[in-house]
Amino acid sequence: MRLLVAAVLALLPLAHGAAQQPTALEAPLGDARKEAAALALMRELRCLQCQNESIAESNAPQAEMMRRMVRERIAAGEDPKTVRDWFIERYGDWVTFMPPPGPETALLWATPVVLLGLGGLAALRLFRR
Amino acid sequence: MMTPNRALLVLPLLLFAVVAVFLVGNLGRPQQAVLKSAMVGKPVPQFALPGLDGGPGLSSRDLAGGAPALVNVFASWCLPCQVEAPHLATLARQGATLHGIAVRDGPADTRDFLAKHGNPFARVGIDRGGQMMLALGSTGVPETFVVDGRGIIRYQHLGDIKAVDVANLLRELERAR
Repeated sequence: MRLLVAAVLALLPLAHGAAQQPTALEAPLGDARKEAAALALMRELRCLQCQNESIAESNAPQAEMMRRMVRERIAAGEDPKTVRDWFIERYGDWVTFMPPPGPETALLWATPVVLLGLGGLAALRLFRR
Repeated sequence: MMTPNRALLVLPLLLFAVVAVFLVGNLGRPQQAVLKSAMVGKPVPQFALPGLDGGPGLSSRDLAGGAPALVNVFASWCLPCQVEAPHLATLARQGATLHGIAVRDGPADTRDFLAKHGNPFARVGIDRGGQMMLALGSTGVPETFVVDGRGIIRYQHLGDIKAVDVANLLRELERAR
């Protein structure tokens, strides 16, 4: 039985081919300010493989690729917004945890404001009585 | 008869019911979203990848050469890539031009893979860091893009190509002509 479990465990990485790739060393940027900006952006970008994790916390190979891309671009002097837009251009708004305001996300952004307004009106009417 | 005010009292309950139905209805839905590249309809980003063993690499210029082509993102460590290899060969036999992008792969491994499973590619570009894969808006291997003669991405096939997908890809290639 134990042997079977061991065999299954040994085969697991094969099922997920990407996981066994050796990862290149991930070095933080030398410039502390740029590294901080890169890290902040990584926390806002969604890992495409594990989807509900940001690339900052995911150890999926694709997240590592994305972190590398973020560091490269920030190091080259691009500002975080440009880098984020680069990813959005390729993967859609979905890739960021901060969907940019626009016609498609209007409902998302407006709902809290509208609800707060309605609540305020209701409260006002109640207190008037 | 309920007074209008009484009727209003049921409103929160109704709202709750609507939200509850929405949430329960979504419980069983899989979390993984299928991610199409937002690059479909846009030109391939500028790139130039080195080739295998000093062979011809792959660049955005090669993809704007007048004829549509299939660009296949693959890797030697990817099992579905082995599964789709015979179907890529079929596509090549039927006259499709195929180019490969080897993602996060050592050149020796890529060479072995192509020797073992056949090399249907006119050109192979080596993308060691996987950066080109990101530039294409690709979310995994294997993936196949139809690029028209002007270098514009026209179609994306997610996952491995199965026997039933061959005809569809040939049709997409024809449409991109």
